[in-house]
Amino acid sequence: MNSVNDRLRDIGPFVPGADDDMLICRCEEITKGEIRQAVHDGMWTVTEIRRYLRAGMGLCQGQTCSRLVKGIVARELGVSPAELEPATSRVPMRPIEMHVFANEAREVDHHES
Amino acid sequence: MKANAEAIVIGGGIIGNSAAYYLAKRGLSVIVLEGSDHIGNGGSSRNGGGVRQSGRDVRELPLVMYGIKNIWPGLSEELETDCEYHQDGNLRLGKNEKHKEILTKLADNSRKCGLDVRMIDGEEVRRINPFLSDEVTCASWCPTDGHANPLTTTLGYYKMARRRGVRFMSGERVTELRCVKGRVRKVICESGDVFEGENILVAAGYESRAILGTVGVDIPMTRSLLECLVTEAEPHMFDQMLGTAEADFYGHQTKHGSFVFGGSSGYEGCNKDNGTPVSNAKTAPCICRGIMRYFPVLSNAKIVRTWAGWSDKCADGVAVIGAIDEVSGLYTSCAMSGHGFGIGPAAGDQLAQLIATGSTDVDLSPLRYDRFKAKI
Repeated sequence: MNSVNDRLRDIGPFVPGADDDMLICRCEEITKGEIRQAVHDGMWTVTEIRRYLRAGMGLCQGQTCSRLVKGIVARELGVSPAELEPATSRVPMRPIEMHVFANEAREVDHHES
Repeated sequence: MKANAEAIVIGGGIIGNSAAYYLAKRGLSVIVLEGSDHIGNGGSSRNGGGVRQSGRDVRELPLVMYGIKNIWPGLSEELETDCEYHQDGNLRLGKNEKHKEILTKLADNSRKCGLDVRMIDGEEVRRINPFLSDEVTCASWCPTDGHANPLTTTLGYYKMARRRGVRFMSGERVTELRCVKGRVRKVICESGDVFEGENILVAAGYESRAILGTVGVDIPMTRSLLECLVTEAEPHMFDQMLGTAEADFYGHQTKHGSFVFGGSSGYEGCNKDNGTPVSNAKTAPCICRGIMRYFPVLSNAKIVRTWAGWSDKCADGVAVIGAIDEVSGLYTSCAMSGHGFGIGPAAGDQLAQLIATGSTDVDLSPLRYDRFKAKI
């Protein structure tokens, strides 16, 4: 995207909501209220929310909650969710044991077998 | 758009954010320009979290020690953010006589600067960290080193600077600095926006080189890829920061329980550079092989992600921090050479003092921008 974003823009005050206790990121147990509050603390991108709160940084790496997080951030900022970029997906696709991952890219062994 | 401030900071990383925070605290008006879409998107979010003095060059040591004494202990409170700072020591591990030699030399150098670093044997290592394998036969031990969370610390400074009225612009790429009447004044952006400041601080990592180049200042640095892996949360095992003489891995266990381990494949000098930092297929498995020899107990730990980032590597491996004499009003902190996170709060604090008062508590002269001489 890379469009200029003035972080001084007024997005209004934080107004507590009835469902602020709802768990959004189940892996890291982050609630809707925490995400909404973080937006008012200046975390305006899904990536910043992730780094600040750990939402989407747990075992599923955001495969469950990332769309929900994006929707909450967009609503708090008063923009369309389509304007927000998702956080970067990172290798590996599924959690993998260290002793298994360690066998990747061992060219010497491949040639021997 | 046009806007003015007493200080304009280029770069929204740990140094830019902390300098902005301390400048605002001293009553100056500040604008921070971040080139990417996210605050703290460069090396500040992509590092191993070390807050370390041992192994540092003597020129950087006074500034790091100043930060560890005066800033880090109270930082979580000051920023109203859990920076997860732990001061539980640094073990640099060795497995043979050659490693012992390397570590002993490093420890001797640090002690000459007044830092408590000593050599310990394998048994003492395992008393400090019982999970290490018998392959470890020696280590250097610096009890006052530690680690913190780079993500929350960087964003914590941002949050508090913003609360003090600092104006942050993200997605605002700086293309040029311009002098007016012999003093740096204008900051021109790709978007067409122009900012004017009485003081300009360039803290933009590797990109600082091109920006400073527009007013005739060149700092010799390259960028090099740094790669890390992260495990799922594990039960609490230890709180020390770890490194090795062989440089096969480094890292720590976070408050969350996950381990963050960095390392290399040996191809760092010629990694592909397609414009964005990308993990190499070879590196994370190589780091895993390294870790398992030190921590066999972790071989079943699951890796949940890997990531990469660039560090701005100076020609002599030491940061460049301070005022630029021939361009009045211009300051920089760049070429941090992979040491920027631990030193960041102290660098921001001292630069804010320098800009606001003209003097610093720590002598920054060994870190000058003009120290680079040709070989003959």
